[in-house]
Amino acid sequence: MAGELNCACRARLDSGFQLDAQLRIPFDQSPVTVLFGPSGSGKTTLLRMLAGLHRPAEGVITFRGEPWFDHSRSLCLPPQKRRAGFLFQDYALFPHLTVARNIAFAARPGKRREYLKAFGLADLATRLPGSISGGQQQRVALARALAAEPALLLLDEPLSALDATTRLRTRHQLRDMLLTAGVPSIIVTHDRMEAVALGDWMAVMVGGRILQAGPVQEVFRHPANGQVAECVGVENVLPARIAARENGLLTLEMGAARLQSIDSGEAGPVVACIRAEDVAISRDLSATSSARNRLAGHVRSVILEGPLARVELDCGIPLVAVVTAQSVAEMRLQPEDAVSAIVKTTSVHVAPWSESDSAAR
Amino acid sequence: MDWQAIWLSVRLAASTTAILLALGLPIAYWLTFSRRRWKFLVEAVVALPLVLPPTVLGFYVLLAIGPRSPVGALYAKLTGGMLPFSFQGLLLASVLYSLPFTVQPVAAAFAGVDRKLVEASWCLGVSRAATFRRVIVPLAAPGIATGAILSFAHTMGEFGVVLMVGGNIAGVTRTVSISIYDQVQSLDYGAATETSLFLLAISFAVLAATYALQRRVWAIWPAN
Repeated sequence: MAGELNCACRARLDSGFQLDAQLRIPFDQSPVTVLFGPSGSGKTTLLRMLAGLHRPAEGVITFRGEPWFDHSRSLCLPPQKRRAGFLFQDYALFPHLTVARNIAFAARPGKRREYLKAFGLADLATRLPGSISGGQQQRVALARALAAEPALLLLDEPLSALDATTRLRTRHQLRDMLLTAGVPSIIVTHDRMEAVALGDWMAVMVGGRILQAGPVQEVFRHPANGQVAECVGVENVLPARIAARENGLLTLEMGAARLQSIDSGEAGPVVACIRAEDVAISRDLSATSSARNRLAGHVRSVILEGPLARVELDCGIPLVAVVTAQSVAEMRLQPEDAVSAIVKTTSVHVAPWSESDSAAR
Repeated sequence: MDWQAIWLSVRLAASTTAILLALGLPIAYWLTFSRRRWKFLVEAVVALPLVLPPTVLGFYVLLAIGPRSPVGALYAKLTGGMLPFSFQGLLLASVLYSLPFTVQPVAAAFAGVDRKLVEASWCLGVSRAATFRRVIVPLAAPGIATGAILSFAHTMGEFGVVLMVGGNIAGVTRTVSISIYDQVQSLDYGAATETSLFLLAISFAVLAATYALQRRVWAIWPAN
């Protein structure tokens, strides 16, 4: 499983979209990498460049030290030479071949039976792809790709063609199958839950650029900048100025409001990232508690989402809190109610402000 | 009925179709997948026989294969024979004349093959040639069959080109349509009716078979 993928590529699509991907994936520590980002961020194009299906305009791609693409040497290995399996979003099974023949398409002779069995497809061997379910098609596609014994597996939104229930069930099966196969994999997804459930390593792509790469939990806990924070679902991303720095604490100033956070060594313009579930709401405007950050304001809206409620606050700065529906009922929270928002100092994550943060606003 | 002429036409049509399949598939593949800028020129050349009067095409072919032309001289050197007014010359002209009837349906069928299936095959490590054989051709089979059948039928009924290049030599270049023309010229309406009816029946049967084939796309490849 050893190996490393290095990619530093630029490409320009016919639509004018520019892609500039700098990515290094250490497959030693993390067999499954998630390429995560909103729709239209260039994830699929990057995946196609890795597979050899799309030629970058310039740059270098190496896999395990072997050059796959090198613009300066006019080198571009065809897909056949890269041994990179590709799982298409709609699986692209050969419609004129049975399940067994799809799997045998590029398998070594005699291996077909083994893969049919391993993926629970023995009963479907003689069926045509058009006559089996989406989940079954996905297993056939995966079996077909793995039967060709690839060195790297690229999966483009592998779960998006499935219905919601099958998707949940398949998610964990997919990770198990990938780990069992022992082939380093890159999965493209725009779904946060999928990213967490499937990946060990994660690269966040926005607007054609890789903004952050690292272990999945690390990226979710410490987004590198405001844009990544928004991308991974941090509800409150607030541009701020460092007003003071003492005793390992930062005082952040954002308009009229002030927040304290742990000093992580950031300087210059920053963003304060606060998860909505880390924001508590109190009717009591003056009482003291261990939480250092207490912002007076009022409720702007309350939206019930099943057992939880999303409460939008105006505390001089816009803040979103997620609390239980029960709390909302007990506190009788209504729009225009005066409340205070409470945020623990440790829940405020400070990230450098980036050029794109202002553009997003 | 002039069985000799019918048999000659069938031989000519079958040989033309066979050559056109060998020639037309690569051309159609190139036309479908090439990104060359001057591709449109090749497309226009291939389609030319559709709009060109057969006599014009026949005239140029006659000039091109005559004993004084490089092609004719080379042929004479290699075989000792001559192309004009021979079956081989007729075959060459027929191939050119029916080229669009093979290439266009086949190219359309190739273009209709989902690009992702081709890429999936490449990513499985299967070469371009093998992908063509194992994915593109089977999926484009109805279009290829259409191209072959159209070329066959078109050659069966060709007249102008044959007259220009092959003339009217019984057993060598006298095809069915020329035979019908002869029969009418000699006021033998009975024979002309018979032969015409025969051609009409064949044409109808061929077209009916084509459409039946296209309706049930996978009928020729039973699920196994």
